[in-house]
Amino acid sequence: MTAMLAETAAQLSPSPGLWIVLISAALTDNILLTRFLGMCPFLSISKQLKSAFGMGLAVMIVTGCTCVLNYLLYVHLLLPLAPYGVPAESLKLILFIVVIAGFVQLLEMVIERISLKLYFSLGIFLPLITVNCAILGASLFMVNNVAGKGYDGWDVLVYGFGAGAGWFLAIMLMAGIRHRISGGKVPAGLQGVGITLIITGIMAMAFTIFQGMIRS
Amino acid sequence: MTSVLPIILAAAAACAVTTSLAAMLMLAERYLVKYGTCRLDVNSSDRVIEVKGGKSVLESLKAEGIFVPSACGGRGTCAYCKLKITEGGGPVAPTELALLSEQELSENVRITCQVKVRNDMSLVVPEHLLSAGEYRGVVERITDLTHDIKNLRIRLVEPKSIKYQPGQYIQLEAPAYGSNPEAVFRAYSMSSMPDEDDCLELIIRLVPGGICTTWVFTMLAEGDEVRFNGPYGDFHLSETDREMIWIAGGSGMAPFWSMVRHMAAHDMARKTTYFFGAVRARDLFLVEELRKLDQHHEWFTFVPALSAPADEDNWDGETGRITDVVDRHVSDGSQAEVYLCGSPGMVDAAGRVVTAKGIPPERIFFDKFG
Repeated sequence: MTAMLAETAAQLSPSPGLWIVLISAALTDNILLTRFLGMCPFLSISKQLKSAFGMGLAVMIVTGCTCVLNYLLYVHLLLPLAPYGVPAESLKLILFIVVIAGFVQLLEMVIERISLKLYFSLGIFLPLITVNCAILGASLFMVNNVAGKGYDGWDVLVYGFGAGAGWFLAIMLMAGIRHRISGGKVPAGLQGVGITLIITGIMAMAFTIFQGMIRS
Repeated sequence: MTSVLPIILAAAAACAVTTSLAAMLMLAERYLVKYGTCRLDVNSSDRVIEVKGGKSVLESLKAEGIFVPSACGGRGTCAYCKLKITEGGGPVAPTELALLSEQELSENVRITCQVKVRNDMSLVVPEHLLSAGEYRGVVERITDLTHDIKNLRIRLVEPKSIKYQPGQYIQLEAPAYGSNPEAVFRAYSMSSMPDEDDCLELIIRLVPGGICTTWVFTMLAEGDEVRFNGPYGDFHLSETDREMIWIAGGSGMAPFWSMVRHMAAHDMARKTTYFFGAVRARDLFLVEELRKLDQHHEWFTFVPALSAPADEDNWDGETGRITDVVDRHVSDGSQAEVYLCGSPGMVDAAGRVVTAKGIPPERIFFDKFG
């Protein structure tokens, strides 16, 4: 499997192929466990599986959609303006944040309309998502990937959802582990955030092992 | 010229993106967050009101002249605005869960400031709230009762009179001022007599940092217009002839000052002992008046007590905490009713003392503030 993936990666370089994009976004370059982005909601909302599921799902949807939106914005507005001296690199930071904030607002309204149950399980997390740096991080890495690895539109779509899925996976794993250890004996000084951070570190090591699978 | 172009282009790009996002949000708000007209069925079709959906139940009822008490202004912290929503309440929001007990949840009690009107609903509003209204008045007189307690006398303007029972309270509106961006409502018991129905009196103690009391103490002047709604509350004289024990501290005086004068005016000769606690002599007020009532009426006994009288107070009355004084005075209270008004700490402590005296919980009435 490993050899096969590496082979595929070598064949498809510089545009690595959707499967590789997905695997690297979700696992080997897991945005939470290898870059430690989006830690605040990860630490505070991983107490219960149910809310972790809601938060993770919300992050996945928002990351996927905003990555695509920001890709369109970057490729079709900022890059064409660059020859005129417009600083696309600094402008993207501001505009990406605006797009994410606007999209989250919109999503909140849509969810409230579609399902109140979903709204009450996701709704409280959506305002938090606006300031979840994993989402802005994914959009910014996406730009690097477009420039460095030759990602096209489909790659970006898969990358965005993949990065979100990685975050989702990480918080679900953590919620499961925290649920398991909730009945166990954790030293008083390590209870809560302390033990969570230690577990996150171990999880991060496990995930970085995958990194050899894909040649960058 | 060439150096200006990128700046204009960058600004235009930023503006275009933000404007289109804002337009999209506005459209979404217009067409997505639309609930149409919803019917609120109050007390099994006793009153049916039609409101535009999208606002909280609390706000919607207020707009229709049904004033449900709320001290936190709809932020979901005080839990005063609890009502039973029998139909159409939708799922319970996480913000409500912390404020509702298991039993309340099973009875469909909801925190109405956290429930949006999204569809037709049936709800139960206690009768005394339906009779509450919104009033406008003018401050007639502000007098100092002690160094930190004022008496506020309000003459009603619109409507011109109010009906209430001694012991009930109103919610006074402190308008937005200074760093306080929006109006807040705070509850105060009437200290005046209901017979005088064109005026209200409130006893207000300065709470350091309190939004409403600071406004009353530093900004409100005689002749100013004030708004309030009410009356509310089930803290009033019961319809029995049982002996009563009243225990109050500080501005907890208000309901009892109203009750005792009401009883005297209407010849309600129920045996009553009124324990009033303060720290030192400068914290006492209305003592002369109450002692006079004590002398004139066989049924009324007034026991003021100081917990820490100063040397210059020359105090020869009761000393000690009010709970200890009650403990010394009341030997068997099993037939009595108890009325408590004061800070939560005082009410809880006094509640424990009278419970130990054999008074069953259903005969202990209280009005906690804080």
